[in-house]
Formats: sequence, C-alpha cells, structure tokens
Amino acid sequence: MAELTEDRTTELMTVNIGPHHPATHGVLRLVVDLEGEVVRDLRPVIGYVHTGIEKSCEDKSYWKVIPFVERMDYVSYFFQMEAYCGAVERLVGLEIPPRAKYLRTIFLELNRIHSHLVWLGTTALDLGAISMLWYCFRERDRILDLFEMATGQRMHTRYFQVGGVIEDIPLGFEAKLREFIAEMPVRVGQYEALLDRNEVFLQRTKGVGIVSRERLLELGVTGPLLRAAGEPWDLRKAFDYLAYPEVDFKIPVGTVGDNYDRYRVRVAEMVESTRIVEQALDLMEEGPFIADDRKYVLPPRSELSTSMESLIHHFKLVTEGFRVDPGEVYYAIESPRGELGCFVLADGSAKPARVHFRDPSFVNLQGFKDMAVDTYIADMIASLGMLDPILGGVDR
Amino acid sequence: MPDAPGLELIRGEIERDRPGAVLATSFDRDQPALIVDSEQVLGVLRWLRDEPGQRYSFLSSLHVADYLPAEPRFGVHYELLNRDRVERIRVKAMLADPAAAGGTVGGPIPEEALATAGDGGSPAVTGPAAAGSAPAFPAIDSCVPLFPTANFQEREAFDFFGIVFRGHPDLTRILLPDDYVGWPQRRDFPVGGEPVTFTYNERRYG
Repeated sequence: MAELTEDRTTELMTVNIGPHHPATHGVLRLVVDLEGEVVRDLRPVIGYVHTGIEKSCEDKSYWKVIPFVERMDYVSYFFQMEAYCGAVERLVGLEIPPRAKYLRTIFLELNRIHSHLVWLGTTALDLGAISMLWYCFRERDRILDLFEMATGQRMHTRYFQVGGVIEDIPLGFEAKLREFIAEMPVRVGQYEALLDRNEVFLQRTKGVGIVSRERLLELGVTGPLLRAAGEPWDLRKAFDYLAYPEVDFKIPVGTVGDNYDRYRVRVAEMVESTRIVEQALDLMEEGPFIADDRKYVLPPRSELSTSMESLIHHFKLVTEGFRVDPGEVYYAIESPRGELGCFVLADGSAKPARVHFRDPSFVNLQGFKDMAVDTYIADMIASLGMLDPILGGVDR
Repeated sequence: MPDAPGLELIRGEIERDRPGAVLATSFDRDQPALIVDSEQVLGVLRWLRDEPGQRYSFLSSLHVADYLPAEPRFGVHYELLNRDRVERIRVKAMLADPAAAGGTVGGPIPEEALATAGDGGSPAVTGPAAAGSAPAFPAIDSCVPLFPTANFQEREAFDFFGIVFRGHPDLTRILLPDDYVGWPQRRDFPVGGEPVTFTYNERRYG
C-alpha cells in the first residue's frame, strides 16, 4: 500500500455546518474546509429563508409594503420601516413634522438596544456564558413592553408611516420610558461586570478574528464591525436624518478590531442609545405626529363622519393608495448592523416598480471568511456570533 | 452630494478621456446620477474611485432595476460614496435584453456565458450573433476587481435578473436554489409564478 505515505496531518476535511445549527444564528449553512481543527477555507451558503419579499413588494401599494419590509431583518424592524418610509418620503417630497422625527429617533434607538441585547445574549451563549441570555432577554422584554404600549405590537409594529408615525405615544409612556433609560446603563454595567473580567470570555475573544479596516472597507463591511476596527464611520453622524443632528452622542470605536472590540463597541453603543433617547424625550415638543398632506396621509378618524372630502381621501388612500411620480431614490440609514439602504423605483403607479434593500448582514457576511480563516473552528463560531448576521435580512 | 452643475463638471471630465462614456446625467430628488455606456462602466467607476478630486472609494450598494417596458430595460445601479466629503453619486448602466426578440424568459443558466465569465478578464462576446440559438443574456463587466464588496451583490443581481457579470469570480445563484429556472425579479415574471406544493397532504390524503 504505497498510498499510505501521504501526509495525514495536512489532509483537508470538508465539514458542513448548518443550515440548522444552533450556533449559526439563523438558517445559515457553512461549508468549512478543516485542517485538523483549523479553518482553511469557508463558504457561506445562504438563501434558505428567501421569501421573495422584494418581489412581493412590487405587487402592493406603497403603504402596504411597510409590513413586508419589516419582516426582512426581523430583529431591527423599525430600521427597515425607516429606510423604506424615508425613501418614499424623499420620492414624494414629503417633510415629516418635528415630533415625528423625535418619535422615530426614540423608537429606532430603542430598537438598536433591543437588537444589541439579542446579539449579546445569543453570542455570549455561544461562548458559554449562559446566564447572559436571561439577563439580556429580561431587558429586551421591557423594550418589547414599551413597543406594545405605544404601538400595540411587540414585534413588527408597523408604527412608521409615510409622513410620520401612525399614532402619538400614549399617556404614561414617557414615564415608563424614562424609567427604563435611567436603568439601562446600570444594566449594561452589570453585563460588563459579568463578561469583562470573565477569563474564559476574554481568552475566547481577545485577538480573535482580526480584520484590518482597509480590508473591511474593501468588502463593504459597515456598522459596529467597521467601528471596532477603528474607523469612526456612522451614518447617524455623517448624514443628516431624523433628529440625530440635534442630539449629542459619541461613536464608540475599537482599536484592534478583534472580537473583544466588537463586543465593547456594541455594549458602548447601547449606552449611547439611551443618551439619544433621553435627549430626544427632552427636546420633543407637542405637535402633529404625522404630516398634514391628505394626498399621502390618512385623515384623522374624527373627520370622516363630518367631512366628505376627508372620506374621499380616505377611500382613495385605502383602496388604490397614493401615486408617485416616476423617479428613483436610494436612502441609507445606520442600522444596528451597518448601512441599511433602501432603493425604491417609482413608475408613476400606486405600486413601487422595484424595492431593493442593501442589507448590512448580507454584505457583512462577505467579511466572515477573512475573520474565520486560519483560526480554530471554535473561534469561527465566536466570530460568526460577533458578526451578528440576521438571516432574515440576508435572504430577504 | 455634487449639485447639478457639479455633476456636469464630472461628466465633462469623464468625457475628456472617454468620449461617449456618459450618455446622460440626471439630478432627481437631490440625487445625482450618471447614466453611462455599459461597455465603459468599469473605466468610469475606476476614474470615480481613483481620481484625486473624486475618490468615490466605497461602493454602498449594487442593485438592478427592470424598467420594462422602457428600452433598454435593465439598469445596473452603483451607489458610490465618498466618506470624507460625505457625498453619494449613482452610476447607472442601462442594458438591453438580447432575448427580447426571441421572447424566451427564464431559460436555463447560460452555460457558455458562465464559461467565459469564469476565466477572468477576457470579455465574453455577447449579442444574438455570438450566442447562436441559445437564449442570450444581458451582460456587463464585473466590478469585483475594483470593489470586492460587489461579489455577493452581483451574484444577487444575476440570480434575480439573469444579468451576466463578465469576469466575476464565481457567478452562481446565491439566494435561489441552483436548479431554479427563471429570473424572478424581472417585471414580466409573474408574482405567484412559483407553484407551492404541499406534498405532505397529498401523500396523506391525496
């Protein structure tokens, strides 16, 4: 048997991880080439939860698209709504009232905390810190309670409308929200106390999965991953949208760009988000919460029984929807995972001719190979958690 | 963002080296766009990326829109971003559908196009004459050598619109199954065109 002379130590073994695997954070399949325990090559295989949302959107009038796009990235639904509604508002040239800007900012930042909590709980779980999941989901539940109080739904709230938000916040919401944002930084401190001096966690994250910021930029990676590598790039600061120019907040950046920095950046972002919410609450004044343009915005319910014109507008909007002059708009916002862009093409009818989402998870996933190659397979799992892909957003 | 005159200046500078590269400009809803010749799109993208006064070095998004019934029908959009000046510009390459005459929508994956796409660099010969009897596909040069981030996004565009990106390192379907037939994001592909089979019920009660 002359074949036995081959060198068994360098033999590659191809292992299939997923699509149903608890550490893939969704329906992601990884085809991994292993040399012993070391990852030498890796190919993400995606598309298992592709549901054709972008195609379905082309068959719905503009306002009916909102609940569809919410279900793409199911952890950051407010961001999908803002990207889509913002794009349509730019298409029709609709300015939203100041109160709507603040309300949107508040809910976006609450959603950011919520998204980071889900990330922190599940990723710490991958690294063996089981109790983190319970602590994170406890606070997450309070955010969902707030969502339920203001919008009636815990998830997929359909709260943002073209022109503003659908309803003002209820009585007592502000007090409950202030209570939460006063407590949240304390809770974040508790998470840090649990993880920052945990030797297992530090050994598993420090110096693991480093990718240079030049390479990340080449690959189009944005969001906390890019900021962890030292690039202070945040669309909330760079572009003026919603109430972000009026509030004071910092952009946390890392220095090394390893998994530990990614964790630190996200945890620091949670505290910054509470600051944004607090300032937005202070600055927000009474006023209309949705634009007063009857061409695009439903008239108030009270007018329907007295005004014929309102009834006609209501009927037109609900049956046909509003028409949008031909044109195209790309509108990008900073989601918890990076640049979330929405491209809407209008062809003059009441339905969008094309809705495309530049999903940050989808683009960031290209950076995963650089993060995981030549590390141990256990560190690959940690890097995947730190990448924080939401497969609903990847596959759309 | 470059304003409307700024966009014309950019057009003028591109036209100096590459006559005919920019077919038109558009400044709609405060968003500047260059509509470029699809054969010269790589040159324009490289110029926008590397020219000292421009430096649109970050490709935010690459997506395709189907403008049916307009001709040429496909538009490949490149959303470029200069992160220092915080300026966006859109480059748009319009592609005609070579199969329009034959009217075959949803043929098999173009084997001969993929074979030429794989060998990197050498531009594939396209058009009805070169493709012979097989359905021809709209084709454009891949910008992955310029912007590695376009890899997945070009695969997505190929997957949904059947647009071939010449020189792409691995042009295969990304979100749909490999054996899927058709290009579902095209406007003439019907919504609900995908039969949903409930084989469990059929087996059990059928």
